[in-house]
Amino acid sequence: MKPVWLGLAAVAALLLAGLAMPKWLLFLSAMAAANGIVCLGIVLLMRGGVVSFGQGLVFAGGGYAAALAASKLGISDALLLTAAGATVATLLALPFAPLLSRYRGIFFSMLTLALSMVLYGVLMKTDALGGSDGFNMSRPSFAGMRAADAWSDYVLYAYAVGLSGMLAILIRIYFDSSRGLVSLAVRENELRVEYLGASVSGVMAGNFVLAAALGGIGGALAIMRLGHIEPTFSYWTTSGEFVFVAILAGHYSVAAVFVASFILELVRSFSSSYFPNTWQMALGIFLLLVIRFLPRGIGSLWMRQHAVRKSAEGDA
Amino acid sequence: MSTAITILVDGVTYAAWLFIVALGLTLVFGVLKILNIAHGSFYAVGAYVGATFVTWFAAMQLAPWMSVVALLLASVAVAAVLAPLTERGLLRVFYGRDEVLLVLVTYALFLILEDATKLVWGVNPYFVSAPYQLFGNVAVGNQSYVGYDFALVGVAVACGIGVWWGLNRTRTGKIVLAVIHSAEVASSMGVNVSRVYTFAFMFGIFLAALGGALTAPMVSVQPGLSVGVVIVSFAVVIIGGLGSIEGAALGALIVGLARSLAVHTWPPAELFSIYVAMAVVLMFRPEGLFQRIQARKI
Repeated sequence: MKPVWLGLAAVAALLLAGLAMPKWLLFLSAMAAANGIVCLGIVLLMRGGVVSFGQGLVFAGGGYAAALAASKLGISDALLLTAAGATVATLLALPFAPLLSRYRGIFFSMLTLALSMVLYGVLMKTDALGGSDGFNMSRPSFAGMRAADAWSDYVLYAYAVGLSGMLAILIRIYFDSSRGLVSLAVRENELRVEYLGASVSGVMAGNFVLAAALGGIGGALAIMRLGHIEPTFSYWTTSGEFVFVAILAGHYSVAAVFVASFILELVRSFSSSYFPNTWQMALGIFLLLVIRFLPRGIGSLWMRQHAVRKSAEGDA
Repeated sequence: MSTAITILVDGVTYAAWLFIVALGLTLVFGVLKILNIAHGSFYAVGAYVGATFVTWFAAMQLAPWMSVVALLLASVAVAAVLAPLTERGLLRVFYGRDEVLLVLVTYALFLILEDATKLVWGVNPYFVSAPYQLFGNVAVGNQSYVGYDFALVGVAVACGIGVWWGLNRTRTGKIVLAVIHSAEVASSMGVNVSRVYTFAFMFGIFLAALGGALTAPMVSVQPGLSVGVVIVSFAVVIIGGLGSIEGAALGALIVGLARSLAVHTWPPAELFSIYVAMAVVLMFRPEGLFQRIQARKI
């Protein structure tokens, strides 16, 4: 139960620290938390040995669902909007789960990528959803109350951090459950898992749907924080950034995902204001350095060495 | 009827352009086992260098047909300079790692090249339409098409046959096939595998740059060229089966026709018709149309 208490303590500490944070840092951290949830989904899939290059699909699905619920249905409660995002993203992914559970490696990556690009194409051409410009939504409320302007940044931050913290803890528990461990076994050798009596495609399909729900929640959180949504949510470069974070984090530590997500937001916002024309280059070089020198992600820096080594054997 | 002809002609010319780029992608994958996201960046660099060369040639008052030579030289230059640099300097470090991880390495390279092209050529568009007029117009039915498009089909067919012939009918080609089959065994038989890798990568990049250079006269060359190309050519090679030349040709045709069918019958579908085609093919042939069946690891 140690990780659970550690997680709760970390969330509480972050909520307290938020009180002293300047506005820009609150914004940045909230975005990092939102994106981190999406990346958590990719890490979940990575543990089963597949990498989704199309989480933009569920990210945009959840984001559009929340934004539409707010602007068309008049729902403003943050929890309801988040639930809407999660539900729609899950429903979006559900029909593809049995199909995708048959694919591995590059084919899985490319198929998910194709799905997200289909959504991108649809969103670009749907005028009712604002086409390529997207549309705005107003600030959400919490339990019927709208936070005062001075507090709105903190409230959104607290919501994002609190929610992502809870999800991170739940995912940690899932990782350590027998079903979660079967995912790791699938990564090592599928055929043996089948012989041992577990359903590989069942686990993979389940992981995909779970990752989709996480992506939807992340999308809903991101749109609440940004107040604006557009089709680029589903573009492949957005998905690429999520994969970037997942690789940076590695698949051993849940906390690493949020650290990595925060690093990306930090690098992005600093380099886009100081050297606007070369921030992608900085990102690329950074990614190369991580793959070269930290092949198991920054999570391997603090996870117990033998645990990492044991599950990395045969990783190549 | 005339719509059908239009769809066919548009589809085939689009497929020709796509085939040139996808052939390079599939070749690099076949030999090096790397699905290269940066392929689109090399395409964009090809377009930029092509535009620059054409402008230089024009400034030297050379004959108009020399602009085509300029485009060709541009792609050779890109392949000769950038490809060895990338392969020897970067990719070599990561050989033997997981395929998906290699995709990410090339994604990083894509990000780097994306900004590098902006640094070198700026963000303003370049226009070099001179070569586009060279081949005049061709009438098909009662429609008139630009001759350049048909010339492109010729180039694509020549590239396809050339690569096929080179691989299957020459000594060098057989060596490359041996490396594709098993780099380890080839190496133990005395093949310089690392040199084969470098040259295969160079040739793949040459095709990407050629595709870009030949496109330069048809569009305004500006940032963002690379992003779209990567994904479409991925769709092509995935449909055809990774590493297969015939597959790339068929894949390009399927994608080209699917797109032009959408453009002429239901325009909103233009952006996603390609991916729908890909998803349908993969549903029935999970490994692509021309992929050989592989044994499962126990």
